[in-house]
Amino acid sequence: MRILAVESSGLVASVAVVEEEATLAEYTVNYKKTHSQTLLPMLDEVVKMIELDLDTIDAIAVSGGPGSFTGLRIGSATAKGLGLALDKPLIHIPTLDGLAYNMYGCRDIICPIMDARRKQVYTGLYAFEAESLRTLEKQMAIPVAELVERLNGWRRPVVFLGDGVPVYRECLDAGLTVAHTYAPAHMNRQRGASVGALGIRYFKQGKTETAMEHQPDYLRVSQAERERAERERAAREDAEQEAQA
Amino acid sequence: MKEITNINILAIESSCDETAAAVVCNGREVLSNVISSQIALHTLYGGVVPEIASRKHIEKINQVIEEALAEANMTLDEIDAIGVTYGPGLVGALLVGVAEAKAIAYAKNKPLVGIHHIEGHISANYIENPDLEPPFICLVASGGHTHLVCVKDYGKYEIIGRTRDDAAGEAFDKVARAIGLGYPGGPKIDQVSKEGNPDAIKFPHARMEDAPYDFSFSGLKSAVLNYINGCTMKGESYHQADIAASFQKAVVDVLVEHSMRAVEMYGMNRFAIAGGVASNSALRAAMIKACEEKNVKFYSPSPILCTDNAAMIGAAAYYEYLAGTRHGLDLNAVPNLKLGER
Repeated sequence: MRILAVESSGLVASVAVVEEEATLAEYTVNYKKTHSQTLLPMLDEVVKMIELDLDTIDAIAVSGGPGSFTGLRIGSATAKGLGLALDKPLIHIPTLDGLAYNMYGCRDIICPIMDARRKQVYTGLYAFEAESLRTLEKQMAIPVAELVERLNGWRRPVVFLGDGVPVYRECLDAGLTVAHTYAPAHMNRQRGASVGALGIRYFKQGKTETAMEHQPDYLRVSQAERERAERERAAREDAEQEAQA
Repeated sequence: MKEITNINILAIESSCDETAAAVVCNGREVLSNVISSQIALHTLYGGVVPEIASRKHIEKINQVIEEALAEANMTLDEIDAIGVTYGPGLVGALLVGVAEAKAIAYAKNKPLVGIHHIEGHISANYIENPDLEPPFICLVASGGHTHLVCVKDYGKYEIIGRTRDDAAGEAFDKVARAIGLGYPGGPKIDQVSKEGNPDAIKFPHARMEDAPYDFSFSGLKSAVLNYINGCTMKGESYHQADIAASFQKAVVDVLVEHSMRAVEMYGMNRFAIAGGVASNSALRAAMIKACEEKNVKFYSPSPILCTDNAAMIGAAAYYEYLAGTRHGLDLNAVPNLKLGER
């Protein structure tokens, strides 16, 4: 089995070709957000290096969010275009699941965090049990203080990774009562190979979708929708108060 | 003798609030033209919300492309090139079409031709007018653009005039909102104006001394708003249809006047209109009349080809393809792309 993996949810752009026994190629750049210009040339480079015939892949795994809205759509549209043209299924890998899979076999709670702005993080809690990734708490967008509280409640050692670490490390150190560590540089950001390796597992479980069906999971509505909902709620509350008065 | 072969182009457009794909043969024959419109979605917000538009594009794009191929009864293997709008427009929206088009072109090893959105609008005129060939003058007026262009040859443009502030369609949207008609303003004002008196109120016609072909619509918009405020202050009611008709006349007068001046100055006997505002019935009628008086042949696309669509991108892509235009895997969305830039 051969999976092509695409990851562009954050600052990292990464493509990989992964088989059951080994990763054939992985190209990861953690530099500037120029995914629109770099992602496909990176894939082309990988294809040339390993003399890959794209028709021989079984599916395209894509990091499906959360993350940068635009970054997710670049990865998603690329995967959808490839899926359409090659007539291959897609595998939607939740971005935080992909990040957690970097830490295969780890005994601690794995806590990937991505900076979600507005003083929040995209996070999820994971652990490895019997060689498989178990989700303790599904990926979500929450304030970092709430994450600290939840982790303290688990009373287990935690390992952190992700681009939220440099942003929130002080908050975590200050608030956590459980033992915690931070993953080193070779495994602390999104990787195409992790998306691909997890993709193989999903594929075997039949967790695929068509290129037409696929769309990113943003975990958040747009600002316009949020503000509209807030306006409507405020109007409703005013009306209720008036009715009571 | 070498057999003449058909060039089939799959075109993709996602620069604003329509997700569209089309298959066009030899730049003039539309084999399919699929448009998924988001207007209903954006009406809730009184205008296009970029993030919502981008989300809708990614949701719909594969479906629209597959429908376009199916309607044209064609597989990707029979397609000769992929054309895609890469600017100007909303960057997040453009990126969806660009990334999708690049991936398809790459996977199928097809040439990729990036297209300027306005070049697409102009080229919409080729589709239903087999006799239309450059040179001609074209007025492109939409919600995002107001350009007076001399089309010197296929793919060769000289911008004669442009708006200094609001686009014509933008003015329609803003005035429609002010007089309570809502979004999208163009068709609504067009409709209501039919019941109103275009000479009821004299709104200003902006002219710039130094640039006789440029447009300005923000002064006109302010004049309409001031008029409404004046009525409200005095406690008088205003006549919605009269305002709409008088405003529309002020826009149409300026568009016609500048266009005809350009036709005369450049000594052209062909004139075309394009863009969403080109479906405005008053504008069409006034342009037809003005062109008849000058003995200039008038061209316009049907309304379905005036709104954002991919058939027009396919028409433009054909001539760019013939001219040798090819884009690489690093093609990016360029939100403020200039016409004639590569």
